Amino acid sequence: MEGHSQYTPKSGFARWLERRLPILSFMHDSFVSYPTPKNLNYMWVFGAILSFMLVAQIVTGVVLAMHYTPETTLAFDSVEKIMRDVNWGTVLRYAHANGASMFFLAVYLHIFRGMYYGSYKDPREVLWILGVVIFMLMMATGFLGYVLPWGQMSFWAATVITNLFSAIPVVGTAITTWLLGGYSVDNPTLNRFYALHYLVPFIIFAIVALHVWALHVTGQNNPSGVEVKDIKKETVPFTPYATMKDAVGIAVFLVVYAWLTFFVPNYLGHPDNYIEANPLVTPPHIVPEWYFLPFYAILRAIPNKLLGVTALFASILITAALPWLDTSKVKSAVYRPLFRKEFWIFVAVCIGLGYLGAQPAEGAYLWFARLLSAYYFLHFLVILPVIGKVEKPEPVPESIDASILRGETSHV
Amino acid sequence: MTSKDTAAKPAEPSRRDILYIATGAAAAGAAAGMVWPLIAQMNPDASILALASTEVDLSSVPEGQIVTVKWRGKPVFVRHRTPAEIKAAEDTPLSVLPDPEADSKRVQKPEWLVIIGVCTHLGCIPTGKEGEYNGWFCPCHGSVYDLSGRIRSGPAPTNLEVPPYAFIAETKIKIG
Repeated sequence: MEGHSQYTPKSGFARWLERRLPILSFMHDSFVSYPTPKNLNYMWVFGAILSFMLVAQIVTGVVLAMHYTPETTLAFDSVEKIMRDVNWGTVLRYAHANGASMFFLAVYLHIFRGMYYGSYKDPREVLWILGVVIFMLMMATGFLGYVLPWGQMSFWAATVITNLFSAIPVVGTAITTWLLGGYSVDNPTLNRFYALHYLVPFIIFAIVALHVWALHVTGQNNPSGVEVKDIKKETVPFTPYATMKDAVGIAVFLVVYAWLTFFVPNYLGHPDNYIEANPLVTPPHIVPEWYFLPFYAILRAIPNKLLGVTALFASILITAALPWLDTSKVKSAVYRPLFRKEFWIFVAVCIGLGYLGAQPAEGAYLWFARLLSAYYFLHFLVILPVIGKVEKPEPVPESIDASILRGETSHV
Repeated sequence: MTSKDTAAKPAEPSRRDILYIATGAAAAGAAAGMVWPLIAQMNPDASILALASTEVDLSSVPEGQIVTVKWRGKPVFVRHRTPAEIKAAEDTPLSVLPDPEADSKRVQKPEWLVIIGVCTHLGCIPTGKEGEYNGWFCPCHGSVYDLSGRIRSGPAPTNLEVPPYAFIAETKIKIG
């Protein structure tokens, strides 16, 4: 979608720099004159929100690191010290902890947006897969960070997650020992988790750059799923149109983030994590943070260690195959009557799994978790491929302009 | 070299080809050698490998009680079983066990059950005197163990592990 740069350096310095490093024209082409489809709705603001959250997490994280001690006898107390003694420490820590939740909330909405409008389809497969990679790195970072306060939930989350690898035949136990640096979660584990928790966000940053690069090569999808045909007529420049819309999105998002941080900072946390880690007592009811609950429900639904762990990882990895599992030529759910229903069922299944992941693994909960886990995989492996074949899509507009004139996709 | 030349003599590696391969192999070997310390540093260090053993005085454990001691950073359950519990464990037919193992193979003296208190599923600590068999129940993912620490239901693949231990006196054991 990119033509020749329309950027003309205005100052002498800009001209001097342009001939040596054309970064000004690059930024101008990417974030000012970059053409965005003019029918984008508010579901397209999450890219900007996620970029904002990544920076917010790195900034609050770096300053928290200046006060935190990754040593088992000191870690818990150093977090309490941040809460009580460090200037603004309470706000910084709550902003970082709730920031993780808001980050995942935004990424889930971003992913569901992509699923609804078929944003993973040709030619955006690589863009989608890079997104899956970012999501997995986010999960790793969230988990590593959750261990650092060294509370009971921290400790047992670390124990359960590292033991997932012990399910691997033959080498599993050796891998778990290698990850832990010992035979149980202890000081070497905490130390390396801290190092990695600091590192991975910067890897995410690099992959986000690739994600944005891939996006700017193919151009954005849009609610109609019809590719831009006439750049002049069907797109508007990123600045001010997308910039302003993103700013509104970020402002609304910040209201929720601020409410969580300032009014109910422990709403999404677990009281058990304010008890220092005790290797000899497992809390009676351990649950992960809310953003891992659907996957946790899938893990627990299967009464076999290796199969349960395999299903857990498969439930995440399978999303990378989405471009090839969805056989429909039509991108947007707006023109897919069957898929539109199936999409909302799938959303309900994910939320249902999230609910069940927080319940005890017994009785009716377990059976519902099995039912919904089965549906989760059926959605990807059977329902999507079949719907694409049997569904009769509604007439797809010839162009973005035509879809706007039909009044279908201008706003949602 | 043009493609015509290559086609003319396909199976004639030159001295230069061998030099390339040898140099490449040496570089790959050196790279692997450099990467190894970066990986191996994550394995348990010398202080962790220096295994400690733990002694437990059993005389203070009344019948029906379970004590938990720490060994290699992990909890070890020592259960003083009652005659009824011993009978229940011994009478369980092997055919109903997912990981069949006779009770007599898991204890040195029937009244003393010594097992590592780490669920073989994902490493949580099961709680004692709970679950269907009044043995142990893992709160994390619902594994149920019997009075011999054997897995009966739930996702755990194997029985609770029996650590190496020995009776050093009538009522004293040394674990490790």
